[in-house]
Amino acid sequence: MALDKFGIAKRIAQEVKDGFYVNLGIGIPTLVANYIPSTINVVLQSENGLLGIGPFPHEQDVDPDLINAGKQTITMLPGSALFNSAESFGMIRSGKIHLTILGAMEVSENGDIANWKVPGKMVKGMGGAMDLVASAKNIIVAMQHKSKAGESKLLKQCSLPITGLHCVKKIVTDLAVLDVLPGGGFKLLERAPGVSVEEIKDSTEGKLIIDSDTIPEMTL
Amino acid sequence: MINKVVKDAETAIADIKDGVILMVGGFGLCGIPENSIAALLKKNIKKLTCISNNAGVDDFGLGLLLKSKQIKKMISSYVGENEEFERQLLAGELEVELIPQGTLAERIRAGGAGIPAFYTPAGYGTEVAEGKEVREFEGKMYLMEQWLRADFSIVKAWKGDTSGNLIYKGTARNFNPMMAAAGKITIAEVEELVPAGELDPNNIHTPGIYVTRIFEGKNYEKRIEQRTITAN
Repeated sequence: MALDKFGIAKRIAQEVKDGFYVNLGIGIPTLVANYIPSTINVVLQSENGLLGIGPFPHEQDVDPDLINAGKQTITMLPGSALFNSAESFGMIRSGKIHLTILGAMEVSENGDIANWKVPGKMVKGMGGAMDLVASAKNIIVAMQHKSKAGESKLLKQCSLPITGLHCVKKIVTDLAVLDVLPGGGFKLLERAPGVSVEEIKDSTEGKLIIDSDTIPEMTL
Repeated sequence: MINKVVKDAETAIADIKDGVILMVGGFGLCGIPENSIAALLKKNIKKLTCISNNAGVDDFGLGLLLKSKQIKKMISSYVGENEEFERQLLAGELEVELIPQGTLAERIRAGGAGIPAFYTPAGYGTEVAEGKEVREFEGKMYLMEQWLRADFSIVKAWKGDTSGNLIYKGTARNFNPMMAAAGKITIAEVEELVPAGELDPNNIHTPGIYVTRIFEGKNYEKRIEQRTITAN
């Protein structure tokens, strides 16, 4: 069974380690926050100027002056800090954020990512994505393995306009967990429960590296 | 102390003319100068170039000035959530320049800090790099980006004093402090205006030197784009 978006978020949450400062993109990445175990200490950054994002507020605590990068109302956890947008991207550019999790439309086998523009469609802008992918030490992409039309989104080369080059380190899709190797290629690490290696092979256009006879199933 | 107080938004924007370059603070609808936008709308100042992270929504924020066709060009990082924007763009009625958000923030910061250019890795290898100088530092590639400055910057703060010192609240700070510094003339609207001496100097975010005029705004709507709630 391919994972739904909650399954993808749940699996990615396992990559978040104690002591990490993490930036979560809009969409599936935002859901990851719900699955980070309470036994570890993690600080979530919102690029509009907050370290220490808390849960959504209760109705009576909604504050229009407190939103995340997706413009959702949020709360602050004890120990939070507020700052301006230039400082926010300063900490991103200087590599202080340990992990960035974001969505993608395409990823290439050498780690290029495309997630901001589809030619012929309305261009809404890149927001902070180009800054994040150009600077993050570790980038995990949450995405569907194939498009709705059944085309692979893990490619030899991206066909859409690029957001950043050679930056994606790991991908969690509805079908698999894969590392993007420094020398190029998607190394298959885990299968979604009940998904066969054959199905992953058929769904991956880029170079797929399988160096074990038994690829384990994800534990969720 | 120099007194920078003006009575209202209409007075504050009185010398803004057609065709100027404006910086407008805010992220989404959070921390936007609502009173000044309303005054620009009322005065129908046209052919504006607006530097702002977003373009508002159809009926609020900068979306109000888009609807009335007062904006010629938007310089932003993300312009979704606005159908009128899309219509004008596709019809060729509006120019747009999209800039990575961190680069936008730093270009504005550079404008306020007197730094004409800097290097950033964001956008290297993408269409954002077209026409820009590329340089390698310690094995990594960077783009040269230039400062942004404005004829007028319009910012919104939580509290301000008669000397123009500003304090922001929550994530409504966002682009406001850098924009305050990057305007030839900077207009600050605040929710609460107090006499000089009442704000703790330790807590000032924007020193008054950057602010030309300040006024206490009224009737803040503070519209929320995505009201997300945890059930009680």
